[in-house]
Amino acid sequence: MSLDTVQMVLVTVLTAATPLIIAALGELVAERAGVLNLGVEGMMVFGAALGFAAAMETGSTLLGALAGAGAGIGLAAVFGLLTVGLAANQVASGLALTILGLGLSGLVGAGYVGLKREPAPLLHVPGLSDLPGVGRLLFGEDAFVYVGLGLAVGVSWFLWRTRAGLILRAIGDDPVATHALGLPVRGVRFLAVLFGGACAGLAGSYLSLAYTPFWAPAMTAGRGWIALALVVFASWRPARVVAGATLFGGATVLQLHAQAASLGLPGQLLSALPYLATILALVLLSLGRRQGGSLAPAALGRDFTPHR
Amino acid sequence: MRLDLVPRDRRSPLAAALSPVLAFLTAVLIGGVAVAMLGVAPGAAFTVYFVAPLSELWSLQEIALKAAPLALIATGLAFCYRANLWNIGAEGQFVVGGLAGGWVAIATHGSAGFTAWILPAMLIAGTCAGIAYAMIPALLRVRLGVSEILTSLMLVYVAELLLDYMARGPLRDPAGFNFPQSVGFDEAARLPYLMEGDTLHAGVLVALVAVVLATLVLGRSLFGFATRVAGASPRAARFAGFSEERLTLAAFAISGGAAGLAGIAEVAGRIGQLQPTISPGYGFTAIIVAFLGRLSPLGILAAALVIAVTTIGGEAAQIDLRLPLDLTRAFQGLLLCLVLGADVLTRFKVRLVPGAAR
Repeated sequence: MSLDTVQMVLVTVLTAATPLIIAALGELVAERAGVLNLGVEGMMVFGAALGFAAAMETGSTLLGALAGAGAGIGLAAVFGLLTVGLAANQVASGLALTILGLGLSGLVGAGYVGLKREPAPLLHVPGLSDLPGVGRLLFGEDAFVYVGLGLAVGVSWFLWRTRAGLILRAIGDDPVATHALGLPVRGVRFLAVLFGGACAGLAGSYLSLAYTPFWAPAMTAGRGWIALALVVFASWRPARVVAGATLFGGATVLQLHAQAASLGLPGQLLSALPYLATILALVLLSLGRRQGGSLAPAALGRDFTPHR
Repeated sequence: MRLDLVPRDRRSPLAAALSPVLAFLTAVLIGGVAVAMLGVAPGAAFTVYFVAPLSELWSLQEIALKAAPLALIATGLAFCYRANLWNIGAEGQFVVGGLAGGWVAIATHGSAGFTAWILPAMLIAGTCAGIAYAMIPALLRVRLGVSEILTSLMLVYVAELLLDYMARGPLRDPAGFNFPQSVGFDEAARLPYLMEGDTLHAGVLVALVAVVLATLVLGRSLFGFATRVAGASPRAARFAGFSEERLTLAAFAISGGAAGLAGIAEVAGRIGQLQPTISPGYGFTAIIVAFLGRLSPLGILAAALVIAVTTIGGEAAQIDLRLPLDLTRAFQGLLLCLVLGADVLTRFKVRLVPGAAR
């Protein structure tokens, strides 16, 4: 295999991994603050629909991406109001958000089915982007890919190198103690949920603006759920999110190639691979961690109501 | 301004009864605004959605036919959710149940002589397949501590793809001109109709029996008590000596079995053959039904009827008023959000107080 073929495979792996990276990083921050938002799929698909609609109306990919992130924030605000403000059950509210997001995305996207637009432009640095073997991979991606990788660095830095990040992690581990210290537990949790929503919406708009690039109903096809699994798989660490998402991106690309090569396997089996791989990854992870206890934020999924 | 929640000393029964009603009315109001924004008179839309389905015999039967699988699945799910277990893969268990039971019908297709055993065998096969499929996330949870939420959901996609493969491949009707569907089931493999010339089949009775049984088990048996304690206070359940592992497996078996039974009842009742898709999302809608019914079987029965009315109304609105079907889905999602939000009224008194957020 020539160097350029290897590069092209890696490029497709990275583009398949990008939506997972962005969505999972957002969820990671929310979960580090102790809020389990199962509505990633709903926020993502709504972001994809609104992002595509906005980009079609304005002609701008940037505005589309912002609209996608805004769609995610809007739904996340509903979720935050329910779970952080009213102490509603987080699991049930997340499911409600997914159903709501799928419905809203269908409403918004109805007029845009079958339309196509140019994919988000690729970076081009004269000289560098044309380097044989690595130029396209390192210097020729679209902006979403760089945003995703930058986000991983940023989230990592924020959570472990800033005071605010320390507070956020402390709230996720023990809201009662942090509340006793006078820290704004519900405020921080709400903001973390909004950040998660923005990321999920942005990841969705990546799908409809750069990855495919068109809108189709329910086009996220479970990627939001895979992002949720990735956070567990990565044991709530940003660097491992990137590694895990790359593995999953690889599996997706492998499946597409296998389908094209028609190995005689039923197409449905290949389509089921990402979901089976997710289950397998979760099983292997827990097999490898029989001792040592859970790495999850200690108060993950538990609601908090300040008394007095 | 700040939102303060003051815990109530005890759950308020009045608030518990009124909060779903309040949530439903709020959802209807918001839905009305949305409909008006789509350029349709809210009054006309209300008639099509909520009044017209209740005014004709055929649509009343349709409501019962839609409500039956929803009530059956949601009743099973209530056992899981009461115990704080999150089986969200009922859609997959429904599909697998329909597939397994349908396979029995196809394997016995055209057999002569004594055929009365076929339908019971189908129902048992569907139920067992649903149970077996639900055991995967349940066992992974109790043995390895893997989150049942993610595994049960992932298995939905796998089940749908499996059915798609079987209906297009091995179980396809060889004389069916390559249409992706199985042979039509024999008379002996169909659920009987309740009245001559109508669409209402015996699956509706199955759902009613399940609701009554579940009411008795949840409210009157030791197992039901253990389930409720495990959900309300896991520590108390451990002190009482209830086995968490056995409760988990049992709750998943009940919900998986109910979903599988609903699946085969749909296939043997309304559809009458295997197709690449057999469910318009019953397994997911049932989650809404379960919470709308406050996780009690009788409440679930009422909630299933309400959701069925809106679904039938949504189909009519698509034809009569050109309102998109996704409006119904969004409405149901919104309704679930509001029900969960209104639930706070039963546990807390809500106060708005001046001052900074905490």
